[in-house]
Amino acid sequence: MGAYGSAFGASAVANHFTVLQACLLSLLLFSGASQFAVIGVMGAGGSAASAIATSTLLGTRNALYGLRMSSILKHKGWRRAIGAQITIDESTGVALSQSNEVDARKGFWYTGLGVFLFWNLFTLMGALGANAIGDPSAWGLDAAVPAAFLGMLWPRLKERATWAVAAASLVLALVLVPNVPAGVPIISCALIAIVVGWRSE
Amino acid sequence: MSKTWIALIGSSALAFALKYLGSAVPEFWLSHPRIQRINNLIPIALLSGLVIVQTMTEKTKYIIDHRAAGVGFAIAALIAKAPFPVVVVGAAITSAIVYRY
Repeated sequence: MGAYGSAFGASAVANHFTVLQACLLSLLLFSGASQFAVIGVMGAGGSAASAIATSTLLGTRNALYGLRMSSILKHKGWRRAIGAQITIDESTGVALSQSNEVDARKGFWYTGLGVFLFWNLFTLMGALGANAIGDPSAWGLDAAVPAAFLGMLWPRLKERATWAVAAASLVLALVLVPNVPAGVPIISCALIAIVVGWRSE
Repeated sequence: MSKTWIALIGSSALAFALKYLGSAVPEFWLSHPRIQRINNLIPIALLSGLVIVQTMTEKTKYIIDHRAAGVGFAIAALIAKAPFPVVVVGAAITSAIVYRY
């Protein structure tokens, strides 16, 4: 969590986000892959629209988590809003692995708030660190972003279909890069996921 | 307002809406096998696109530079089942060394 959070803070600054903007992304967006997508697409020179679309599509699984958690949490009003903000992989995972609802609720809140605290703390440290060192390339920060994406992608590559989607996406993005505005090649890869997911049994 | 701020606020608002409204969407719709398959494949497609674009391009041009060396290290580390911090920090160090020499 610490390494991941500070990698995000440092990468955000390396992609021309200010320390404030890096911290706001961790506070307000608070979803690792989506945050990296915003800085990745903007850093590649993409438009705000393609950054928002890529980030939002990466966050759709949080809607599924929200659905599963709502039957366990049963909160209303401001508690529901805070619960929604910390509905992420970790908090949902811990909650769903408990054997009863009381432990599930406890697990969700402790994990969600704990991750939120440390994620934001380490984002700030990473961003301040990167801000202090100047040229991001000299410290390899421009390679840290694709390496982080690869680290998030790797555990998801299990069956043959997932490798096929990854390979097709690499090719599609590369073919599109010289032909369309920056940012569009990335979001276009979602089409491959939709076509393959729609057709496979 | 700069496009960075628009991206920041827009993506944050939509991310919250997804988390908050997830419980409002009819379950039969989100749990449809087709939707679930697409939901599992979308991160794979987008992350693959992000990896290649961030490694081998600059705006709308192809460029092979120090970043490719860093990502090469990341691939080797992942094959060797290294933990996430080793993958990212190792990639940064590899890239920085190639950049300097």
